[in-house]
Amino acid sequence: MSDILGSLINLDLMARYGPRFLDGVLVTLQLVGISFILGGLLAVPVALARLSKNSVPRALAYSYVYFFRGTPLLAQVFLVYYGAGQLRDAFEAVGLWTLFRDAWFCALLTFTLNTAAYQAEILRGGIRAVPGGQREAAFALGLPRWLTFGKVVLPQALVTALRPLGNELILMIKASAIVSLITIYDVMGVTRLAFSRSFDFQVYLWAAALYLILVEGVRRLWAVAERRLTRHLKPA
Amino acid sequence: MSYYLDLLSFGPDGWGDELAQGALVTIALAVLTLPFGLMLGLLVALGQRSANRLARNAAIAFTTVFRGLPELLTLFIVYYGGQLLLQKLASVVGYGAQVQVNSFLAGFVALGLVLAAFSSEVWVGALNAIPNGQREAARALGLSARLSFRLVVLPQLVRVALPGLGNNWLVLLKDTSLVSTIALADLMRQTNIAVGSTKEPLFFYLVACLVYLFFSMLSGGALGWLEARTSRGQARRPA
Repeated sequence: MSDILGSLINLDLMARYGPRFLDGVLVTLQLVGISFILGGLLAVPVALARLSKNSVPRALAYSYVYFFRGTPLLAQVFLVYYGAGQLRDAFEAVGLWTLFRDAWFCALLTFTLNTAAYQAEILRGGIRAVPGGQREAAFALGLPRWLTFGKVVLPQALVTALRPLGNELILMIKASAIVSLITIYDVMGVTRLAFSRSFDFQVYLWAAALYLILVEGVRRLWAVAERRLTRHLKPA
Repeated sequence: MSYYLDLLSFGPDGWGDELAQGALVTIALAVLTLPFGLMLGLLVALGQRSANRLARNAAIAFTTVFRGLPELLTLFIVYYGGQLLLQKLASVVGYGAQVQVNSFLAGFVALGLVLAAFSSEVWVGALNAIPNGQREAARALGLSARLSFRLVVLPQLVRVALPGLGNNWLVLLKDTSLVSTIALADLMRQTNIAVGSTKEPLFFYLVACLVYLFFSMLSGGALGWLEARTSRGQARRPA
């Protein structure tokens, strides 16, 4: 049995790099998890600005979303990571240089800004899908505007947004592979390291299997969460 | 200000011509990949709806894998894996020299596979949106299965699928930046080289972003025109 396995999988290589791959999975999940949540928080004011009656915040939010959705994430990551180096003096003057010299922080910042733009568009769609009667009813009950938004509009908007948000999370996991290009050892980073040392192509296939498991796992977890969060909408 | 204008000038001192060449490579790669990916995607979509179980399972496996893998990983697998495969084939026929995979071709294949996987979902949705009565009517008029697909289903399919396919195109355009990692001299790689030589990352990456943004804008305009054109036979709904 171990002979058959050994002919398919380089067990020595697995023993040497296996633990590193697990670390890589943790790095990928942390990066995506934190930036997805922070991006979600940032998406709410951006979506509201997109829907604002005032044309100034509307234009600002539109430009923000258009820039981050219209340019490659790779270019954005390079812009922040290498661009920060050019602004070193300015960052040192305000004491932020320790943050910006760190590739991890730059990746986290770029991913947060990027996903916030996508999530804001999803949220905007969700908010617009809430019938106006809901808002009017809350108003008639004497709820202040912020409470109407927090307790009546946002929860219903999130139900509509749940499925596209799940897709966005999966896209983020896949897109996170590019942080390996700025010296971060996520799954892809560990794979590139292992390949550059062993020249054994199968590490790329291990990475493929890991990403498929990650994506499929997240997809199923999200589906369970979605079923649970929308169980009040299902006919009995 | 003139310093930055000089950086973008054409000629030996500026990077304008290098960046323009890179932009052309980016566009060429995206434009050539588009028909390949869309056709393969349509085939996969037809496979998913096929009565043949084998074809159905193969189509589902294809979309699951290429939608689930990071585009960068797909690119590396095609590039390095293709190299390995060609090397083996070459040694079988007794050709011992080093074989190099063309990075444009690797980008074309990898991005095409990804585009096929994502566009197949759009095609499936569009195929489902066309009422069966259309096919039945075409058959009742005596059109063969192939003709009724080409003359009746396909023209409607394009109209229904266009918005989704337009999104696929915009994603493809941005994904081409990944080929810079396998040494293809696209816009991103030329920008990297310019940054390495001038130490002006902020300026050059911003310029690259603006060029991508410009392409996105052009595409948006073209897609709007195409959508209007393909649906000109549709009666406008009363407002």
